[in-house]
Amino acid sequence: MKNVYLHSAVSISAQNTFDSDGFLEDMKPISGSTVPAQYPNYKDFIAPMASRRMATGVKMGVSAASKALYNAQLTQPDAIITGTGMGCIEDTEKFLNSIIGNAEEFLTPTAFIQSTHNTVGAQIALGLKCKAYNNTYVHAALSFESALLDAQLLLQQEEAKHVLVGGVDELGTEIISHVRHMEDANTNGIQVPFGEGASFFVVSSEAKAIQLVDMDICSTASENTIQQKLNGFLNNNEVQASDIDVLIAGRNGDVFDPYYDSISTLFKNPTELHYKHLIGEFYTASSFSLWTAFRILNRQHIPKPLIYKGETKSKISTILLYNQFKGRDHSFILLKR
Amino acid sequence: MGVAITGMGIISAIGHSVAESKTSLLAPKSGIGTLKHIQTKHSDQIKVGEITLSNADLTTQLQLPKDHNYTRTGLLGLFAARAALQDAQISAISEYRTGLISATTVGGMDMTELYLKQFATDPEAQKYIQSHHAGDSTQKIADALNITEFVTTISTACSSAANAIMLGARLIKAGKLDRVVVGGTDALSKFTINGFKTLMIQSDDHCAPFDANRKGLNLGEAAAYLVLESDDVIAKEQKQVLAFLSGYGNANDAFHQTASSENGEGAFLAMTKALELARLTPEHINYINAHGTATPNNDLSESVALQRVFGSHVPDFSSTKSFTGHTLAAAGVVEAVFAIIALQEQTIFPNLNFKSPMPETGLKPVTSVVKIEVQHILSNSFGFGGNCSTLIFSKA
Repeated sequence: MKNVYLHSAVSISAQNTFDSDGFLEDMKPISGSTVPAQYPNYKDFIAPMASRRMATGVKMGVSAASKALYNAQLTQPDAIITGTGMGCIEDTEKFLNSIIGNAEEFLTPTAFIQSTHNTVGAQIALGLKCKAYNNTYVHAALSFESALLDAQLLLQQEEAKHVLVGGVDELGTEIISHVRHMEDANTNGIQVPFGEGASFFVVSSEAKAIQLVDMDICSTASENTIQQKLNGFLNNNEVQASDIDVLIAGRNGDVFDPYYDSISTLFKNPTELHYKHLIGEFYTASSFSLWTAFRILNRQHIPKPLIYKGETKSKISTILLYNQFKGRDHSFILLKR
Repeated sequence: MGVAITGMGIISAIGHSVAESKTSLLAPKSGIGTLKHIQTKHSDQIKVGEITLSNADLTTQLQLPKDHNYTRTGLLGLFAARAALQDAQISAISEYRTGLISATTVGGMDMTELYLKQFATDPEAQKYIQSHHAGDSTQKIADALNITEFVTTISTACSSAANAIMLGARLIKAGKLDRVVVGGTDALSKFTINGFKTLMIQSDDHCAPFDANRKGLNLGEAAAYLVLESDDVIAKEQKQVLAFLSGYGNANDAFHQTASSENGEGAFLAMTKALELARLTPEHINYINAHGTATPNNDLSESVALQRVFGSHVPDFSSTKSFTGHTLAAAGVVEAVFAIIALQEQTIFPNLNFKSPMPETGLKPVTSVVKIEVQHILSNSFGFGGNCSTLIFSKA
């Protein structure tokens, strides 16, 4: 079975993460009910004619994918795999509202065509003329993780050498406002803004500095069983809890944060990081944490705003990512330098 | 030999079980008719493959509480997935590492389109806000079946379920799961009816795949699932194998967001990959269950791809979408179930409503129920976004 390595990581988020070569030095606090991403200059990545038809998620996805390939010095991946929780919600809302608003008359196909969940993966393939394996996962907070897991499987089983994989979600306007409303009606609801973004990666079986040791997903678990799951996961990979230098947790302040506390207690002296207070919550927000881990391992530096508790360490070689959403869709990703 | 299939469950316009589907296919009796459950202006101008059971009927049959927030996609999915597990005679889920991979394109759209403008104020409607996303039906099916670990959802338009089956097989082969329920579910919705209307590829008559004068597709709704199990489980439990999934291929046409290329490149690549993986040559294929949506573009592109793969000896082929309509994300698994029935019965099913071959290729599909020796069946599923997938099923 082949090992899996990260060759590049690119993120578009509510912070200045795409254009800058820095690492969250110019972090801005976010607040409010929703927070849009800081969009790149799309003209650098997409022809204006094509760009005009594309919704935010497609533009973010195509741009992030393009830069991830460039950074990995790759022109044609052996597979393109994307994850998106809400899919192309802008065009979905647009088409839905024209059906309702015009009583099913005078409709045009563009929004419908672009509303399918696989539009981002399709547009990347179309732009690259890439006829390789192409897949899209749409499983809430496991959308990106499912895509990454598929990539891992392709590489381990030697079905591919270099895979482009990413997570993308756009805010839209209408559904998100209702989701926010429901969240705010509950005092134990999500305490960070809802956000959007796109993080893309080239993963490969060709050895590089940063290894994706393993990952696992789990649909449902209690606060207790999640500890057992993690212990099992670490055991399988012959890693001790004490080997983990940094834990990056998907805390969003809601009533399910005790899952993170439960995991955190397994580690004696962890540096625990959080990130959703910087980019917001969305189904593929966890892809940002993989970008973060990649930068930390490369630069051996943790920006202050990321620290939830503990001290920053001088040498960082092993990072564990843990995310869940509303007590379900749990994921572990283990990285090593 | 491939990955073993030990159970299947299905609900579509031609039946609420495998047995009913078989009866309709052999009759042959189409399920295409007039739309009943959805209120739309276009009712009189389209024909659809609709499931007769209402949401209330499904709720009763599934013994769900009346105040549930299942969408129709979820209801149909649970109905078929439960039947698949029963067929595989699985009751104790946690005995083995069991996963669920489901496919959908519409997700909770059937409820969103009804209640979008009531979400702000109506507490009755608000329960459907959280069921909009595509993963919701899968989560509900997983919870109802007590599948707790590996659960995910795929959406690659009309090739979705084929990709779900493929992923399941790869996970079994890699030893990551012992068994996995794979398939898909899509309910009819006003959203898709209007969407396909704007593309002007919906027929007002019974669809006629591969016919020279084909006018477009009939939309359908369905859910179907297969149970795949590892060789170890098969041996240990002495399970009866229904058929094997012996090959699969996924490629992208990389030509256009909705149209297929003239030379059917994506389809050609998917079929070629699947044959290679199955270690079969084109002459081993006895029957092809074509994607055959009955749109002018797909059927021509697929015909060209078939001729590229099979040369002048294209095997017997038909599109069973003339029975069920195009069930979108579920199509790949609906047709997988039909392929398995064909292998079991050593019988292939007709392409209904075909009259004259298209002049470009001259290809003629099978037009009646035929008893033949069937060892290997190739099944195609292609979607928007250039997503092309092929599966090969082999006799147990």
